[in-house]
Amino acid sequence: MKIVVVLRQVPDLIEPLEITSEETALDYDEAGFLVNESDDHALEQALLLAEAGSAEVTALAFDFGDVEQTLFSAAAKGVENITTIPWEESAPPSADVASSMLATAIRSIGPDCVFIGCQAHDELEGALGPRLAVELGFPYLGVIRGVSATGDENVVHAFKEFPGAAKSRMSVRFPAVLGILAADQPPRYVPVSRIRAAMKSAEFDEADLEPVGCSGAVAVTRLSFPAKGDGAQMLTGSEEEVAEQIADILIEKGVLT
Amino acid sequence: MSEQDVLVVAEIDGGSISDSTLELLGAAAELTDGSGGRILVALLSDDGGAHAMHLAAADRIFTVDDPLLANYSPQPFLDAVSELIRRENPRVVLLASSTIGLDLAPALAARFKAPCIGNCRGFAIDGGSLKATCSFCAGKLVAELQIEAKPAFISVLPGAFHPAGRTGIAEVESVSIQLEAGAIRFEEMILADASDIDITQQDVLVSVGRGIQQEDNMEIAEELAEVLHGALCASRPIVDQGWLPATRQVGKSGMIVKPRLYLALGISGAPEHMEGLAGAEVTIAVNTDPEAPIFEAADYGVEMDLLDFAPELTEALKRKKVAH
Repeated sequence: MKIVVVLRQVPDLIEPLEITSEETALDYDEAGFLVNESDDHALEQALLLAEAGSAEVTALAFDFGDVEQTLFSAAAKGVENITTIPWEESAPPSADVASSMLATAIRSIGPDCVFIGCQAHDELEGALGPRLAVELGFPYLGVIRGVSATGDENVVHAFKEFPGAAKSRMSVRFPAVLGILAADQPPRYVPVSRIRAAMKSAEFDEADLEPVGCSGAVAVTRLSFPAKGDGAQMLTGSEEEVAEQIADILIEKGVLT
Repeated sequence: MSEQDVLVVAEIDGGSISDSTLELLGAAAELTDGSGGRILVALLSDDGGAHAMHLAAADRIFTVDDPLLANYSPQPFLDAVSELIRRENPRVVLLASSTIGLDLAPALAARFKAPCIGNCRGFAIDGGSLKATCSFCAGKLVAELQIEAKPAFISVLPGAFHPAGRTGIAEVESVSIQLEAGAIRFEEMILADASDIDITQQDVLVSVGRGIQQEDNMEIAEELAEVLHGALCASRPIVDQGWLPATRQVGKSGMIVKPRLYLALGISGAPEHMEGLAGAEVTIAVNTDPEAPIFEAADYGVEMDLLDFAPELTEALKRKKVAH
């Protein structure tokens, strides 16, 4: 089984976000980056399947943000094949461009299955996975929490999450694109020493691609920070003082008895 | 047929029309108001459109009845909605930002080579343009978008619109569409573990997010929950880490809770999480980030590190209980 895992860089929301002077885009030059969380889970899920059987995992990523760190980490986790797609813009590709370029790169790899995070917090045009699937001519199933092998190497069970902690067990016959929400276990920790070792030994292939597709059918006319409403009543003071205030509030409301 | 028709893709959840579908009808009513456009509904099921009576806010309901639509699987749902779009040529197609809508909206947009926008919380048709407001970067930013192309596919955040107040008698049309199962097939629905605490029935919930940092710190929140005679729950990342079971997850794909007190520790307040706690009577949020979206929705806010603050709060509550 050949699995391609798409790894995207997203702005780190722990760091302050800045908006360009035109107020129509995030200022990616000022952003910190990290791997998209659900893509990281997609990688973990692929590695778990590889360890359980004979899957071969390829990581595929745009050369954007702090992608090298992400890819060295992937190599340290055991990913043998890594392909980057050249990207020189300061902002990430639009959904159209991303799905088109990823599909071209994926076709040249020829996998049975593509794993991608089912969402990313900087997607304005909906999730990328379903678009990529249409581009590839593969079916798509997203919001998946866990994938398990079956006796048939061309079929897996994917568990699609529903409200109320319910999930549906779905039979997925390859080829397919699976949008992962969470792997069967949290993404594995890799020690810095192994990442350093990977930095010395890992080699990346570069896909021979030029940007294609349009820049997106959706025009952002304004990007802003949310207007401040009345919001919460902020409680201030020392930790002890604020704790006392909350205790009093809970007594007043009859919650603390 | 009108150039301004809006098609709502209905969802059935737990045997009834989902709340988010009723909100989509409210959104559609806003979009079509004064435009001459009709509200159309795609109702996909295996029960002969039995739920159509609950969609009275629509002008016309298209029921597609097929055993393959009894439970969600991608191809039959995509093919059925696609066929209705080809027939009716709507200006806008509205889907819930749900576990199903997240799959369908971008896929339909790609099929029709049309624009898609996600996490929408407001919109209007201004002249020939559709203008939408969307949540971006987990609610830390707001994007205003303009779309000219038709049809536009929009997934709408639950809670962003009120359910339609309009009532009437919608025309119901049964549509026969030849469907195929496809390569991804439904096998079984696995329900939540009923042996765990039901957090939807709890008066007090202490909820933890990424700010808890590591599993060893969970006991800080557990102790606080114990003093409050409450239950521990969490946002999705904590469940993904395996630190609490899925039955304790609050939000879009977890539980919808309505406690008297929701004490959110280290939770930023992404839209997917906030969907789950709109019914809380009192929400207190503790977070180090003053820009965390949860402070907009909470009643009381504390800008502190939960690891320092929660033990203080536990001790204060113990003292008050003794004195009270």
